[in-house]
Amino acid sequence: MNEAATPWQKARRLLVTVGPGALWLTVFVLVPSLLILLASLLSRSSTGSLAPPWGLHNYVRFFTEPLFWEIVGRSLWIGWWATVLTVLMGYPLAFYIAAHRYKQVLLLLVVIPFFTNFLIRVYAWIILLQREGAVNAVITAFGLPPADLFPSTFAVYLATVYTFLPFLVLPLYAAVERIDWSQLEAAYDLGATPVRGFWEAIFPQTLPGLFAGFLLTFIPAVGTFVIADLLGGGKITLIGNLIQQQFTSAQNWAFGAAVSMILMVMVLLGLWLYARTQGERGLDELV
Amino acid sequence: MPVKRLLAAYSWLVFAFLYLPIAVIVVLSFNESRFGVNWTGFSLKWYEALLENRRIGEYLGNTLVVAFTSTLVSTVLGTLLAMGIVRYRFRLRSFLRYLLYVPVVVPDVVMGISLLLLFDTVRDGIGWPRLSLFTIILAHISFQIAYVTLVVRARLMLLDPALEEAARDLGADNWRTFWEVTLPLTWPGVVSGALLAFSLSLDDFVVTFFTSGSGSTTLPLYIYGKVKTGITPEIHALSTLMVGATILILALGALFWRRR
Repeated sequence: MNEAATPWQKARRLLVTVGPGALWLTVFVLVPSLLILLASLLSRSSTGSLAPPWGLHNYVRFFTEPLFWEIVGRSLWIGWWATVLTVLMGYPLAFYIAAHRYKQVLLLLVVIPFFTNFLIRVYAWIILLQREGAVNAVITAFGLPPADLFPSTFAVYLATVYTFLPFLVLPLYAAVERIDWSQLEAAYDLGATPVRGFWEAIFPQTLPGLFAGFLLTFIPAVGTFVIADLLGGGKITLIGNLIQQQFTSAQNWAFGAAVSMILMVMVLLGLWLYARTQGERGLDELV
Repeated sequence: MPVKRLLAAYSWLVFAFLYLPIAVIVVLSFNESRFGVNWTGFSLKWYEALLENRRIGEYLGNTLVVAFTSTLVSTVLGTLLAMGIVRYRFRLRSFLRYLLYVPVVVPDVVMGISLLLLFDTVRDGIGWPRLSLFTIILAHISFQIAYVTLVVRARLMLLDPALEEAARDLGADNWRTFWEVTLPLTWPGVVSGALLAFSLSLDDFVVTFFTSGSGSTTLPLYIYGKVKTGITPEIHALSTLMVGATILILALGALFWRRR
């Protein structure tokens, strides 16, 4: 930085570098977020768009009807268990990749499905799971009756795990790469069993990556609507589906905005808890 | 060591899980049969049908126009923003940093409807903009800019500020320092940011879903519609080509990184 910069020069530099991007974020991120808040306080007009009167009625409706509690509960439940399954698959994988001679190649192998079009990935599961699909072709080849795998909650779980696995593996891998293995040696020297050595010397070192990966999987898993929409056959309503329906078929933008606010608050709550445990730096590591 | 073997076996099972769906689609795209998954013979007819389908050409065009335009704008804005945030201390800096995380952490649906609300509100006021490719581009830039900024910022934080000081000491003005020192050193970050932005745009369905209008169908929107109404094997061929393009882009990116 130039020490002799006058206030005018400083302002000009800021205007050129930060200015355009900050303006963009203000217009297209900050203002729209505020618009959701405002819209959530309005009502549904006869045409389905927004109209007065103002009030908290959308929130009252959300919290007083058991149906909506059920939807939130289901979203959190499916999101939680899908994330746990993802951890079970991704945690050992991160160790395997980090210890492998061709780890860059293996990492690329994890990333390729992640960069493959999301809809193609979801669609692929339909091809695999549908009644005349690939999985049933194998099952019936063994003389067993075909299973109803699609549409189903099982299919939703499977596709959710599949979609978000890379989100978990990448931050976890970064943490495994940084592990100080001498701590494990020290644990062995002190007479620890392999299990105890892993649990007390290695596992705690992977926690930051595990937290980050967990959050990066859990948030989109709770918020997604496409997976439940396509693989649940329209029968499984998650909070994302509820929002989407309010803005499309149900045409009640005000209520949809209120549900969006509630989802946003849930996300922020999760991030706040994360920042509490990981500190400010944790947020940077998240991305 | 049995534990190592077990870990390897488990990991390759996970890799199989990752690639099974993609493999099935690729194989089916060459299958002669129209229905089911029974292999009736090798055929390129779905690729031929794809080539003859004019609409798909139009949707591909739309997708690419959106991806290139939005990537260009967001890469320029994001790179400048990252430089400003790393170099200068100013009021609202930490607020801006939090604002950057919003498009990254907020679920797509919320991002989509918030932009729909914005476009709708402005249109109510001044009769513009209609939901079109233009609004999709604006929407994509809005989430891409955050990713580009975060990637470029990570690279900038690794730079030694002494290099820029040296350039200035040797008499370079701000522009020359930027073009001849800062930008070349930041370049790998800019390229990875742009690649990420580009693939995020190609991949996006949800935000596009809420910000598109008639005549602005992109490939993900088309595939969604097809999945809802009835799948034809053309989609397998289309998907295979898209997977191929993805692997090509990633391989180019990896080569680029290796050279650095």
